Amino acid sequence: MKHLLSIADLGAEGLKELLDLTDRFAEIGRRPIPKVPALRGKTVATLFYEDSTRTRLSFETAAKRLSADTMNVSVSTSSVQKGESIRDTVETVSAMGANAFVIRHRSAGVPHQVTQWTDAHIINAGDGWHEHPTQALLDAYTLRQTLGEIRGRHIAIVGDIKHSRVARSDVTAFALLGAEITLVAPPTLLPPSLAGWPVHVSHDLDEVIPKVDAIYVLRVQQERITDAVLPSLREYSAGYGLNLERAQRLPSHAPIMHPGPMIRGVEITSEAADLPNTVVTNQVTNGVSVRMAVLYLLIGSGVDLSSSGGANSEGDTSVGDNSVGAGTTPPPASAGQQVPPSQESAATGRGAQIALDGGLSEATAVTSSEGTSVS
Amino acid sequence: MTIQLAIRGGRVIDASGERRVDVGINDGQIVALEESIDGAAREVDAAGCVVSPGLVDMHTHLRQPGKEEAETIETGSRAAVLGGYTALLAMPNTTPAIDSAAVVREVQELGRQSLCDVEVAAAVTVGRTGEQLTPMAELAELGVKVFTDDGDGVQDARMMRRALEYGTAFDATLSQHCEVDALSEGGHMNEGAVSSRLGVPGIPAEAEELMISRDVALARLTGAKVHFQHCSTAGSVELVRAAKAAGIRVTAEAATHHFTLTDECCADYNPMFKVNPPLRTAADVAAIKAGLADGTIDAIATDHAPHTPEAKDMPFDQAPCGMLGLETALALALTELELPIETVLGLLSWRPAAIIGLSDSHGAIAVGRPANVCVFDPSESWTVDPAKLASIARNTPYAGRTVNGRVRHTVASGELVVTDGEAQR
Repeated sequence: MKHLLSIADLGAEGLKELLDLTDRFAEIGRRPIPKVPALRGKTVATLFYEDSTRTRLSFETAAKRLSADTMNVSVSTSSVQKGESIRDTVETVSAMGANAFVIRHRSAGVPHQVTQWTDAHIINAGDGWHEHPTQALLDAYTLRQTLGEIRGRHIAIVGDIKHSRVARSDVTAFALLGAEITLVAPPTLLPPSLAGWPVHVSHDLDEVIPKVDAIYVLRVQQERITDAVLPSLREYSAGYGLNLERAQRLPSHAPIMHPGPMIRGVEITSEAADLPNTVVTNQVTNGVSVRMAVLYLLIGSGVDLSSSGGANSEGDTSVGDNSVGAGTTPPPASAGQQVPPSQESAATGRGAQIALDGGLSEATAVTSSEGTSVS
Repeated sequence: MTIQLAIRGGRVIDASGERRVDVGINDGQIVALEESIDGAAREVDAAGCVVSPGLVDMHTHLRQPGKEEAETIETGSRAAVLGGYTALLAMPNTTPAIDSAAVVREVQELGRQSLCDVEVAAAVTVGRTGEQLTPMAELAELGVKVFTDDGDGVQDARMMRRALEYGTAFDATLSQHCEVDALSEGGHMNEGAVSSRLGVPGIPAEAEELMISRDVALARLTGAKVHFQHCSTAGSVELVRAAKAAGIRVTAEAATHHFTLTDECCADYNPMFKVNPPLRTAADVAAIKAGLADGTIDAIATDHAPHTPEAKDMPFDQAPCGMLGLETALALALTELELPIETVLGLLSWRPAAIIGLSDSHGAIAVGRPANVCVFDPSESWTVDPAKLASIARNTPYAGRTVNGRVRHTVASGELVVTDGEAQR
């Protein structure tokens, strides 16, 4: 896979494999020194044309934990303010050697367009109302972590679906993983057409709440009032807000999720937001892991994941205690971009090979090993 | 009498039918239609070709004055004659708008120096802002027959009513860009399944249909002639069909792209496919084709709308609307419409000529008429290459598309402006 523009790019198998891969990066994140040299020498540029705190920080953290260099193009202080086109900005940053761009833009489709202007890998970090694929990945990962299995589970997505890139990516991701999805929103906050969307629709949150295995609450913005989409935020909260009373009618196993930033008192009350089954901070933590996995998949193939040098090329597929490898089939020697033999022969410690098949990456073979410096 | 120019060996087709005759042209006029015209000073070979009245585009954006970096009247007219057109109706959404005698005269003068007949449509309201009528009678004196705020519809029903009433004094045609802004504002493509999937704000079909409904009622009220531009939806075709059946004086055009492309073309967010009205669904395309076939829609228009590369290299929702059309319309109509050639030519030539008041000079091949002739090979296959287009801009949505039907020669007011597919000036 060259780019991550939308969740559909992954397909069902690819999505599952990416979540499996994320487990290994989550493990790295739990180490005392959560850093591996997998992307040493690679450069990740973040290009955010729209304000973002958590997504940008999350990508930066992910890139740094993988030892990539990062370049941050901040629109407010850059030549973009002087009228430079996106195309010229991208070509300029590409010429400085960026291997991947993480792009956010208020206009749907910009990451698609940028793929024509650079050979670098493009990761969509949110484009208009269209998609936010890494958000869906971290949401799916969090759901899997909380519920164990997503297949057959019923997930309600509540709120401003129409204007939400999170909703579009989540619906695709959850459906690919076999969930049943109900969108809960007033008609004016639903897309004009849901043809082809694998969802149920409800305008009655109270009726839906006891039947779900998870509830995903979306932000509702003040500007929807001036657009005459809603009479008032008060009326929205009364019908669709998650308050304590509603939250208590959720099945006990059902997590409460939100992509952030939350507007307490509108789509969710503070009492509901602070319940133990709210997993918002888990989502944030998992966001880093999932973005490490994405960066690794797109630009890290063939690079040593160990923190202490070489890898074992002898097809040692046993999964060590502290291995980030999975026990998947070792690739043939010719596959992918394996570490050169001279490095392999210097391998130390326990190693494992990860084969990321299923079309997730053109270069499917990754050699990894764990050194003695990690526990 | 020595014939100066003879078009020999082609199938002559116009509203009166098909004939196998040579066409003799002297001093800008057709002077002979004979089985064989020998000894002409200059001959062009039309063997295997159709000899048609020059095509008439009732909807062209020539961008002059104001946006000469995208197109000029000269370059637009060159694209036109290469596409078989001998007359264009220049839309008034220039900068400044064509809303005064001075600007009308300027465009007319530049038109006279161009390669074909450039007619001028003037704005309905000053600056196309919908607030005050232009000096319509004065502009009509200069030869303006069609008034439009194209690019925008006249939003206010009272203003539209007054324009229609006022224009009946000089038999004006009011040509409406049908779009209720309150419903279309903020939209960038057809509203529906595709826009919902892509997360792009949509423009519902009803934005167009509501204004057509209103203007059918106003045409009935005033008895004035209303022309509906670039009808793009199945509902619009149905409204026009019903209005005509009721005897109301309305006419309608469809743009080439509305029967050759759908909103699925926007799936890659390529702004080349951004146009207003937007590309609609396959069902709408089928309805437009049916409307063209049964005569509900009177004309095919190009809505030729040049934009510079830097204007189109933008996020989809920031890029301007519009696509080139003059050099591809004939071939696309021949390729995509399963209609007799005579019907297609009627939609491209004599029927639009009649709507914009050019029936005396365009749309027929007959002795004594101005020599506006298009010679094309209906079976020649070619592939659209943006780099080879005569327009300054390159924003064709048909790059790489293979089509049938290629213009060989064009005669505009007796001048052989295109020979063997090459513009002569």
